[in-house]
Amino acid sequence: MPGNFATASDVIRFLPEIILAVMGTLLMILDPLLHRRSSNAFGHLSILALAGALGGAIYAYLNGGPAFGGMLMVDGFATFFGVLVIVAGILTILPSYRFLARQGAETSEYHALLLFSVAGQCLMVAANDLIMVFIGLEISSISSYILAGYLREDKRANEASLKYFLLGSFATAFFLYGVALIYGSTGTINLAGVNVVLSGPGAPSLVFVGVAAALMFVGLGFKVSAAPFQVWTPDVYQGAPTPISAFLSAGPKAAAFAVFLRIFTTAFAPIGHGWEPLVWASALLSMTIGNFAALQQSNIKRMLAYSSIAHAGYVLVALTARSEVGTAAAMFYLAAYAFMNIGAFAVVSHLSGKGERYQNIEDFSGLAQKQPLAAAMFSIFLLSLIGVPLTGGFFGKFYIFKAALESHLVWLTVLGLLNSAVAAYYYLRILVMMYMREPAEATEAVEPLSPGLRLALIVPAIGTLFLGIFPNWVLDFAGKSSVLLK
Amino acid sequence: MHPITTVDYLCLSAALLLIGTVGVLTRRNVVIILMSIELILNAVNINLIAFSRALENLGGQIFAIFVITDAVAEAAVGLGILIALFRNKETVQADEIDLLKW
Repeated sequence: MPGNFATASDVIRFLPEIILAVMGTLLMILDPLLHRRSSNAFGHLSILALAGALGGAIYAYLNGGPAFGGMLMVDGFATFFGVLVIVAGILTILPSYRFLARQGAETSEYHALLLFSVAGQCLMVAANDLIMVFIGLEISSISSYILAGYLREDKRANEASLKYFLLGSFATAFFLYGVALIYGSTGTINLAGVNVVLSGPGAPSLVFVGVAAALMFVGLGFKVSAAPFQVWTPDVYQGAPTPISAFLSAGPKAAAFAVFLRIFTTAFAPIGHGWEPLVWASALLSMTIGNFAALQQSNIKRMLAYSSIAHAGYVLVALTARSEVGTAAAMFYLAAYAFMNIGAFAVVSHLSGKGERYQNIEDFSGLAQKQPLAAAMFSIFLLSLIGVPLTGGFFGKFYIFKAALESHLVWLTVLGLLNSAVAAYYYLRILVMMYMREPAEATEAVEPLSPGLRLALIVPAIGTLFLGIFPNWVLDFAGKSSVLLK
Repeated sequence: MHPITTVDYLCLSAALLLIGTVGVLTRRNVVIILMSIELILNAVNINLIAFSRALENLGGQIFAIFVITDAVAEAAVGLGILIALFRNKETVQADEIDLLKW
């Protein structure tokens, strides 16, 4: 029906993506006008855009439902993750002001690409159709490839960007091959439609669908940096500009998990017993590889990268549970993880200095004496990453392992808990450095906290503590939204 | 003469997937790795269009148009990244790009 190309309700439900895309384009057009006046203008405008998108996402939720003939589904699940990626975008821009000024690299592209990337993620989380998943995934990924190599004079950033791009597009190609096979065997690309065909009589051969699901698992596993597709993560997080590493570990990852959860718990729910062992193995492998490799790192960005692989493993445990409780636990965990990890990377970005010289764990020696606030905030994030009570990380892990036990995944739970104990060691090492050592070269040279950075530390810290003290507020919403359309 | 059926297209596509995958995993030159990725994307397109014809459903062809567009965007960004790297390091060999541990 050409007359019904887009109705008013379609547009309302698509509002966050529209705002972000328009503002991103506008930023690039305004570049020559704004550049001479104030380099902060780009940051202010993108925060404005993201705040607008946040409002748009909430407005879309209040008028929720399917959009564009069921290609998008604006439900609680989409809104939860949409708000999460938009907040991750805002928290990435806050430390970027000072970071970009220090590197002498303030341009509009940085902010425009960030907005496009967030727009792609908003599309991914609401996608209810494999074409939309693919388009959102690519908008988000292609922008992230460029952002990873944003400091183009820096050899490390070039290399990070190239590795991210090559492995990322390879994974996307696999994902697409899986999608093509699903299309061929079920005749539809709508997630609910695939579910109907797979659970109905005359379902296509399990071998065919199994191969397709496995290929899609490879593609998504790469995007969430789950083992054995995690090799790119440490290199990219180390080489990328630090605020971008923070962003990659929160936004694209949460959005990819949202897609993962939506596809595997709706479209592939009928073949759940088939993919469960696959995800089980990947979860265990991610936790173990991530934690044991993190133990040996001396570079803090690499260490946080390995820790992010381990955390992806914990979320996969929730996915293995194949229950609504598991989905809700994964949603809660990803929200807590976004806060604590962006906060941790913001401290690293603050300390690293011009040209990102100081990235070693030793460089944090005596930070508590020089800057008690930064050290205190970093401690909150690290304790939350360990999973100490009163922080979001604790309840995140608690709900995930509870969901796993309810689904009788006893071994995975035991091994996961042992893994979290191992993880405590490498996080605590940084705490010891900060509080029990004399200041070293890096901490002597550290500059005072800028207002943007102060916010970038305090907001995630409040978020982390809030999730740790009042978890029910977020968990209730997650629980309500985890009932996905089947 | 053997008539061309959907299965033939699927075999061609699977062969392209295999060639592309082997190319990505074994070649050292980044440009050739890029070409191998393009080969996989074209394998996807052949699949989509063959299925679209067999199912008499236009969705697959529309999907293929999106895949082609995406492949172009990816190639443009990939070559841009490669040029930025080449300016700094003067190499396009994947095994010489080793500043960060693989």
